[in-house]
Amino acid sequence: MTGIRMGIFSGGFFTTEAVWTALLVGGFAALVAAVAGVFTVMRGQSFAGHALADLGAVGGSGAFLLGVSQLWGFVGAGVLAAIVLEVIGLHRVRERDIATGIVFGFGLGLTALFLYLGTTLGHSSNQAVAVLFGSLFSIDPGVVGPVIGLGVLSLALVMLVSRWLSLEALDADIARARGVPVRLAGVLFMVALALAVELTALSIGAVLATALLIGPAACALQVTSRIPRAMWVAVVVGVGCTVLGIFISYESYAWSPGHRAWPASFCIVAIVFVCYLSTRVWNTVSAAMTRRRGVRRVGQVSERIREGN
Amino acid sequence: MTAVHGEREPIVRISDAAVVLGGRTVWSQVGFDVQPGEFLGLIGTNGTGKTTLLRAILGTVPLAEGSIQVLGHARGRGHDLGYVPQKVVVDPDLPLRARDVVALGLDGAKVGLPLRTRSTWERVERALGAVDAQDLSERRIGRLSGGQQQRVLLAQSLVSDPKLVLLDEPLANLDPASVQEIVALLGRISRERNMAVILTAHDMNPLLPVLDRIVYLAKGHAAVGTTQEVARTDVLTRLYGSPIEVVTVHGRVVILPASGAPDTEAVHHSEPVQREPLP
Ligand SMILES: Nc1ncnc2c1ncn2[C@@H]1O[C@H](COP(=O)(O)OP(=O)(O)O)[C@@H](O)[C@H]1O
Ligand SMILES: [Mg+2]
Repeated sequence: MTGIRMGIFSGGFFTTEAVWTALLVGGFAALVAAVAGVFTVMRGQSFAGHALADLGAVGGSGAFLLGVSQLWGFVGAGVLAAIVLEVIGLHRVRERDIATGIVFGFGLGLTALFLYLGTTLGHSSNQAVAVLFGSLFSIDPGVVGPVIGLGVLSLALVMLVSRWLSLEALDADIARARGVPVRLAGVLFMVALALAVELTALSIGAVLATALLIGPAACALQVTSRIPRAMWVAVVVGVGCTVLGIFISYESYAWSPGHRAWPASFCIVAIVFVCYLSTRVWNTVSAAMTRRRGVRRVGQVSERIREGN
Repeated sequence: MTAVHGEREPIVRISDAAVVLGGRTVWSQVGFDVQPGEFLGLIGTNGTGKTTLLRAILGTVPLAEGSIQVLGHARGRGHDLGYVPQKVVVDPDLPLRARDVVALGLDGAKVGLPLRTRSTWERVERALGAVDAQDLSERRIGRLSGGQQQRVLLAQSLVSDPKLVLLDEPLANLDPASVQEIVALLGRISRERNMAVILTAHDMNPLLPVLDRIVYLAKGHAAVGTTQEVARTDVLTRLYGSPIEVVTVHGRVVILPASGAPDTEAVHHSEPVQREPLP
């Protein structure tokens, strides 16, 4: 950490290794989450995203006890949870509130236990913060490779099933009629979603991961009606917010009172929030303008009808 | 009319099928074949199981008894069937334009990113044009009116030239002029492309010129006959359980509730179709 702090004074945002690791892991996780997020929002599965973040945290915290890397803890628990959730269809049950309260509450309870055990066994309490709220500047540079590998896997899975998911989002029976293996599509997407969510959890913490999953996608779907374009917009928003958030967090050390740097997670999520608010406003304004144009067009049509066309 | 006879394998073969939903038998002992290119009308009052029968053919409803074969295989085995459900609840924000929906009718079952060629889009636009929906091409599907959505979904079901389309009340939200147009279109496509059509409707009149056969569902069973056999005063009166008159006006067969009929809704009974998206 002191290396980073020294870096500020030497003005070297891009010359600090910890910053590069943060940018690579954070930025790439944001990219993967943005792409998966577009389909998550389309399928109305933000609930599953939350669930995977909470259950992944069990692995993230358990990893300390087992002495494996936090990344593999998150990913292992997340993918396992994804398959179980899809197989038992829990994310589709009506009593979602109950499921959320009990299953995911239990997940976070286990996380609390593991973190507590970890602290009593002599680990630092920073680990609790890292699992729940992320700690981008202290990520082990050794995970960059696996993060990129897993991220590419998630992207590939989403691309593979993107058309199945699109048709199913329209209507599951139409998709089945066309020969879409709806079940397989669901499982593959859940695995892709788990990877995206867990990489994001590693970056900004399990509690905040869904903000980077849902936020950029929700922004994108406000401003475009095409899936490919929505994916690009979401990626730009997600990666942009992450890079900007990391930069602000880094710089905040210099100007925040008492040199208490703001957490990168907070900065990223705050910017995502601002982006979403802006697109809502933009959307409302442009919808009002379209309505005006529409009224004019209806006027022309009724004129044409009067003319006997 | 256009039923292909001979040794050809039927498009759909339903043998002694029964469906039980929520502990209640919806229908049982249903058996009939659909030949290539045949235009079949599925009629029956509300709740007799028309939608259930279409979904049974699709394979999304389990059979309690019997079997259904589609294109010579067990149903629901990755066939390319055109299908327009009775109710489609589409999120107004769903990022699919009308043209995307129709394009997915062509390639939605394929893997990989949708990288579509000019000729694919031309085919999509032609399909939209055929149902008079080309001007809806760029609009989001969830933000169209019920009738507009129905046209787009119809284009989606027809675009891939499937051997069989299942249409659940596709005329429900259309104005009378559009109904004539769409029926004529379906009749023409069915004949030209040898495409079998199974269509449910609550008003048989506009369909009479194109129907080859009628399957009527009543009291948990199905009966099948040619239009001439079914569109008769006595048969329909028995089917609907209220007086129906079949008359010929200007050389066209028209089905009317008999004068003094207690229930004029008998033929034109309207299903509570919820297709209008929320504002
Ligand atoms: N999922 C279900 N569970 C229980 N009963 C159902 C279900 N779906 C439909 N039904 C019942 O099956 C009957 C047939 O329904 P449906 O096929 O929709 O009729 P139709 O399309 O002819 O109006 C109705 O009585 C309906 O209440
Ligand atoms: Mg029905």
